[in-house]
Amino acid sequence: MKLFISLILVLILIGIPLIGSNVSGLVYLFGVIIPYIAILTFVIGMSVRVLKWAKIPVPFKITTTCGQQKSLPWINNNNLESPHNTAGVFWRMALEVLFFRSLFRNTRTGLKEGPKIVYGPDKILWAASLAFHWSFLVIFIRHFKIFLQEVPQFIPLLESLDGFMQIGLPILFMTDAALLLGLTVLFLRRIVDPKLRYISLVADYFPLLLIIGIALTGVWMRYFGKVDIISVKQFTLGLFSFQPIIPDGISAIFFAHLFLVSALLIYFPLSKLVHFGGIFLSPTRNMSNNNREVRHINPWNPKVKLHTYEEWEDEFRDVMKAADMPLEKE
Amino acid sequence: MSEKKPTPESVAQIEFTPSKQGWEDPKTEFKKGTFNWAAIQKSQEYLDLPNPRKWQTTDEDWKLPDNWKQIIFDGLRDRLDRFRSLKLFMDVCVRCGACADKCHFFIGSGDPKNMPVLRAELLRSIYRKEYTLAGKIMGKMAGGRELTVDVIKEWFYYFYQCTECRRCSVFCPYGIDTAEITMIVRELLQLLGLGIDWITTPAANCFRTGNHLGIQPHGFQDSVDFAVDDLQDITGIKVDAPVNKKGAEVLFVVPSADYFGDPHYFGFLGYLALFHEIGLDYTLSAFASEGGNFGLFHSNEMMKRLNSKIYMEAKRLGVKWILGAECGHMWRVLHQYMDTMNGPADFLEVPKSPITGTVFDYAKSTKMVHICEFTADLIKNNKLKLDKSRNNQWNVTFHDSCNPARAMGLLDEPRYVIDNVVNKFHEMPENTIREQTFCCGSGSGIGTDENFEMRMRGGLPRANAVKHVHEKHGVNVLSCICAIDKATLPPLLEFWVPGVEVCGIHELVGNALVMKGEKEDRTDMRNEPFITEESKKDE
Repeated sequence: MKLFISLILVLILIGIPLIGSNVSGLVYLFGVIIPYIAILTFVIGMSVRVLKWAKIPVPFKITTTCGQQKSLPWINNNNLESPHNTAGVFWRMALEVLFFRSLFRNTRTGLKEGPKIVYGPDKILWAASLAFHWSFLVIFIRHFKIFLQEVPQFIPLLESLDGFMQIGLPILFMTDAALLLGLTVLFLRRIVDPKLRYISLVADYFPLLLIIGIALTGVWMRYFGKVDIISVKQFTLGLFSFQPIIPDGISAIFFAHLFLVSALLIYFPLSKLVHFGGIFLSPTRNMSNNNREVRHINPWNPKVKLHTYEEWEDEFRDVMKAADMPLEKE
Repeated sequence: MSEKKPTPESVAQIEFTPSKQGWEDPKTEFKKGTFNWAAIQKSQEYLDLPNPRKWQTTDEDWKLPDNWKQIIFDGLRDRLDRFRSLKLFMDVCVRCGACADKCHFFIGSGDPKNMPVLRAELLRSIYRKEYTLAGKIMGKMAGGRELTVDVIKEWFYYFYQCTECRRCSVFCPYGIDTAEITMIVRELLQLLGLGIDWITTPAANCFRTGNHLGIQPHGFQDSVDFAVDDLQDITGIKVDAPVNKKGAEVLFVVPSADYFGDPHYFGFLGYLALFHEIGLDYTLSAFASEGGNFGLFHSNEMMKRLNSKIYMEAKRLGVKWILGAECGHMWRVLHQYMDTMNGPADFLEVPKSPITGTVFDYAKSTKMVHICEFTADLIKNNKLKLDKSRNNQWNVTFHDSCNPARAMGLLDEPRYVIDNVVNKFHEMPENTIREQTFCCGSGSGIGTDENFEMRMRGGLPRANAVKHVHEKHGVNVLSCICAIDKATLPPLLEFWVPGVEVCGIHELVGNALVMKGEKEDRTDMRNEPFITEESKKDE
């Protein structure tokens, strides 16, 4: 049901521009107004989300330690998994953000007769996520070819690397394949694994399908539909130089692609996709495990009712005296 | 009550595949053996907790205050503004499911709401509905749920079915820590007067007498004297175990079970023997006679209230630094909270071992050292005479207690100590030790008799790993450094893997320690004769 709703939503999102952009007068809406709104929503929305998180205090230093602490000098500290200084935290975060370190640890738990619990490595989620996220980034960077008048040197280089297998014409970009493969795996596991299906919400299927939609429309334009790339570049250059023009010869499929990207940008700050910013702020990962060495300050450290020694001795003085225990007041 | 006692066979019927129905319905079945009794009014009142009253978990009507909804919403809003962790963990989860089969309660019960992701969703769905734009507009479709009395009961059931062990947070790509969410939901429930008795009453006892069993100072003195006598029976040496001694160099803080429970007590004897042998100038305190902190399972404020006694007492007694015994949650508080809450401890000195001269500069702010760090340093510097063969009756494995492992990173110190005091040691499988260690299933205040079945379920992964080394290597003792472990692992092992005992590391140290002037026929800390060369040959 949740999957069905998500699918319908994405199909509607594809349908709107396919039909709409053919209606004269609406092209400007799909080509200019909505993209601008989307970019603005994304930038402002994400900034607000991150600033809001950053404004909230971190009362306690609650590092999750995944390795040996720094203690006695002859015991090897694992500064990546249990960092005791800023450098350690930096590398821990780098591993986490760039290579999904924690997901790499993933295991699969099984139950056999006995009962006997067995654990096996499970790198599929890690591999699919990494393939998807990195491909998405590379594809985004490749798009600068049509965002910028002067194409920076590294982009053709990136393209040739990406297409070095020299398959097909136009040459297949590996990242296109990896993106779709990664997305497919992430999507299928939500359907195939009963536990995943159980926990998945519309908010989980929808963004996956939306990004699949973006990828498919993009792939269609590059490999099959063959859009007029000159007009598209004219259009995007106009958009990014705030002098929007809509040249003739841009097909509806392009507007569908653009509209889905806009939908993603708008949806981004309102959804779980904010993990993109949130991961940098996660207190169990971005704090060092040097709690006993450096005092962490809680800005709202509460005043609480304490039970003092004096009150305690007052209550128990007689029994303590009988037991010959030392007293403050006889 | 004619229900059958759970058996390993009945409990082992576990199904990991959830039903077709969704999880959104909050209706919860409180099955006997899987939940805890409500906090008693007297304890709630002693601690000035909100909305104290007489009620019971099994009652249909929990007698919530009239404005209960408002209390929860205000409480949640307040905490969203005070804990970045909470707000972030509510926002960033993508439900990738990496955590799903990492929870010992899920593995042992198959109940899908024990998947950490869903445990968090129980709160997140309410958060979404009330505090997010998408949830406000789209409600159910955005994964929002209405806050109802059934949701409160569901929270009570499932957030007292999490031991705050943090195993899930090791695997989460965003470091989402269910312990943090559990702690905050428990705070919310406490606002409505919904606590469990095995947390509230120990907290009240601890606040009043200094330890969670409610032992009064003279009773504490008695049990220390008793331990001194026992140790004399064992070794022939009368040790000095000062209590409330002003001007001692070190304040030694133990969890209270150490001087009252088995097998904790054998480790306590080990401490006394060790301190005597090295001539440590230390004192125990009857006022701070509990390192274990039941406040941690209650609220951050209660944690602070109970923890405050340690620094207060260190100051009053004029010690230089503090040494902490083997304990799990105690060390979570000491390592991650104490200095922030009740520091700075500027009246103390940077801990320095008077025996070896080692300066524990990594503890220079909190001024508190873990006994395993302390003993490891002694051994490394050859300050102890140890005879490993005195532990030949034991074939040892080591259970990393959750908090020392995942909230401290104390992994190699205990192993180094063990390595120097026993001959036979075997690690459990790697997915079940160190940072991936499995909880005993009874931590965070839910180790009660009424919760027996759920404890056996939650402890299954741990027990299963013990069973593995028991069958493969003949392991017959599970060593650990946590008071809750020592209390709850024995029944767990008896249930799943009979024939394996539980001990603290300093029991093994006490056994191996060759003391000056000890009697010829000295025995081990359990007052059993050592296994001689002859009996070893029979093996």
